Parts: sequence; structure tokens; C-alpha cells
Amino acid sequence: MNEAERLVELIPRLRRYARALVGDRATADDLVQDTLERAWAKLHLYRRGTDLRAWLFTVMHNVHVNRVRAARATDPLEEEMPELAQRASQGDALLVRDLDRAISRLPDEQRAVLLLVTLEEMSYDSVARTLEIPIGTVMSRLSRAREKLRAMMLGQGATRLKVVK
Amino acid sequence: MSEARQPSEGDLQAYADGRVDPDRKAAIDAWLAEHPDEAERVEAYRRFGEGLRSLYEPVLEEPVPARLMRSAGVRRPWLPSAKAAAWLALGVAIGTLAGWQLHEWRTPPPLAADPAAVMARRAAMAHATYSPEVRHPVEVGADQEQHLVTWLSKRVGAKVRVPRLDEAGMSLVGGRLLPGETGPVAQFMYQTTAGRRITLYVRAEARGHRETAFRYARENNVGVFYWVDRECGYALASADLSKDELLHIATLVYKQFD
Repeated sequence: MNEAERLVELIPRLRRYARALVGDRATADDLVQDTLERAWAKLHLYRRGTDLRAWLFTVMHNVHVNRVRAARATDPLEEEMPELAQRASQGDALLVRDLDRAISRLPDEQRAVLLLVTLEEMSYDSVARTLEIPIGTVMSRLSRAREKLRAMMLGQGATRLKVVK
Repeated sequence: MSEARQPSEGDLQAYADGRVDPDRKAAIDAWLAEHPDEAERVEAYRRFGEGLRSLYEPVLEEPVPARLMRSAGVRRPWLPSAKAAAWLALGVAIGTLAGWQLHEWRTPPPLAADPAAVMARRAAMAHATYSPEVRHPVEVGADQEQHLVTWLSKRVGAKVRVPRLDEAGMSLVGGRLLPGETGPVAQFMYQTTAGRRITLYVRAEARGHRETAFRYARENNVGVFYWVDRECGYALASADLSKDELLHIATLVYKQFD
């Protein structure tokens, strides 16, 4: 199987990660689409024999960071408002309950680490390579993300969160 | 009490992810046994992982929109006419295969072949998602059973009934509405006094669907008996009960609806 075929094969996983990362389906698929286009254009930069999945998730991470930055530059409210509105009206809203809501409230960089570790079941090393951060940072973000989630799930809210850090 | 060495935070994270080698695991187990608060924390972390996976697993089975397939380079250096012909052939193949719209790809296709098995899988995921819930296991509680039945029947589009499972030591907790493959489905939750839970997943079946015998499937650690009976498809799921116990209850349900 060549890279292009493997790229296609990885689409469902990219979509799953994107959905958990940004929440609503349309925005998530937009992110996947931008990622695939960029990956396709840069496929010659991918080094054969290395982990294509990690490479692809790196591309997605960079695209995501750029999109978030661009959204912030145009309108700081833009990012939050439509997302909440879309979530409430989404068909799957019934499945997307406490845990999902709590995850959407994590800081972006912590959510990315948590999702790559738990959803994508990537090794800590691969997460470090994918996000281009040191492994120590992976571990501390993972730990903080989980503790925040736990506080939110316990319904103790933000007061507790400060203590954790 | 022994003086088991305190694991690092990184060790505990890896433990929650099931990524420590057996020796290390034994040492951490011993330490956690003496530190129930920490054990509880790590267990919560592990459950977040499970919850997340079951929440997002269905995305893997969604048809991939054609725009994504195109972006993924399924526009290799083909001549325009060859490309169009390939798309057409593909569309026809998929259309014939699954009766899906031409503009949607389905990956991987075999799962869709058996709608009842898809239902069983969804029932198992719904069970894994909601049965561990402490605060919100159901949307409508057993105290409003009449309302629950009326509401769910209306939304599911079939006469939904709630079986009595007292004989098996199970009492109704309540129910909720869930998105299904082809429309809304109902989920009822029951539990024993000890808190062991089962869920019954009910969906309306298209007219002319054949009735089926009991079938059994296992999805991760959730066992499911499923069958189609007249106008509804049923899937009874539990992570807490043995296959035999589950079969006993499935039989009870079936008899009551017969």
C-alpha cells in the first residue's frame, strides 16, 4: 500500500480526533479537509518508513493551531459563540453529555494531548513527536487535563482547578 | 502495612493508560491498595479513556464525505475523463452494494451488511456510555414510567413497552432517547439492588423485516443478546452479567412481548 492509500485509510481516525477536538461535525470535517489538502501537497516531505499517522496528525495539529489563531485574529468571540450554538442543535447532542462537555472546556493544548493518548491510543513518545513538544510536557499536560476533567465531572468547577496546577 | 514506594505522577498516568510493565504494575497496585484516594483518582482517569472511546467510536463508522476523499488525493494524476469514469464506476459499485447515496463513501463496508449486528454494536456502545453514569443514568426516571413510554413510543415510531424484570431481581431505573442508524431509538436501564446494570435498546423496524432468533455478540466487555420481533428490534446489553444471566433476562423480555 502506498502513502496515498494509507492517507485515505486514516481519514476515519482523523475525523474522530477532529470531532473530539473541535466539537461539531462540519467544523471538524473542515479541519480534516484542510489537513488532507495540506498533507497531499506536502506528501513529498514525508519520509518513507517513518510513522505516517504521527506525521499526518502533526499536519492536522499545525492546521488546527493556524485556524484557531486566524479565528482569534478576526473576532475573539467568533470561536466560542457558534461552537456552543452548533453543539446544542446537533443531532448527536444526546450522546454528547457530561464527559464531552467537560473535554470541550479544557485548554486546547491539554485537550490535544489527552485525545491523542486516550482516543488515538498513541504512545507518549509519538504524542511528543506529533505535537513537537518534549515528552515531559506531554506528561504534565496529560496529568493536568485529567485532573481538570475529574474536577469538572465531580462538579467542583473552577475553584478546584487552580489548586491542581 | 508495607512501605510500597510512592509511584511518580507519570507512573500513575501510564498505569491509568495500561502502559506499565507487569513488575511495575504490581508495585503500583500495592501502593494504590494503601492509598484509596489515589486509587480512585487513577480509576477515574481510566474510565475517562473508556468513556471517550465509546463516545467517539461511532465516528469511525460514518461514511466519509466525498469532499474528504477528493482532498485525500483520490484525484491522482488521472486524465479528467478517466477520473470521471472511475468516480462513476465507484459510485455505481457503492450504490449497488449498499444503497447509499453516490456522494458518500463508506469505510469499511462489511459492517453495514447486517443491520441487526450494527444495532447490537450501537447498543453495546450506548450501554458502555450510560451504565457507568452516577448522576445522569437516564433522562426520565422510573417514577414517570407512563410518560416515558408515551414519549419514547412517539419518538421511536413504534409501540414501545417496558418489560418487568423483577423475577430476575432487576428494577427499572428509567430510559432515554438516543440517535440510531435510521432514527431515534429508546434505551431502558434496569439494575439490581447491588447496582449491576443492564440496558434494553429498542428500535422500530421497517415493515417486512424478518423476525430473528436470539443472537449474541460481545463488544469490548459488553455482552449483547439481540433479536428482531414484529415491529421492533431489541438488544439487551450488560457489562456486569454473565452470558447465561443475560440470556435468561432476554428470554423473559421476549416472553412478555410475545
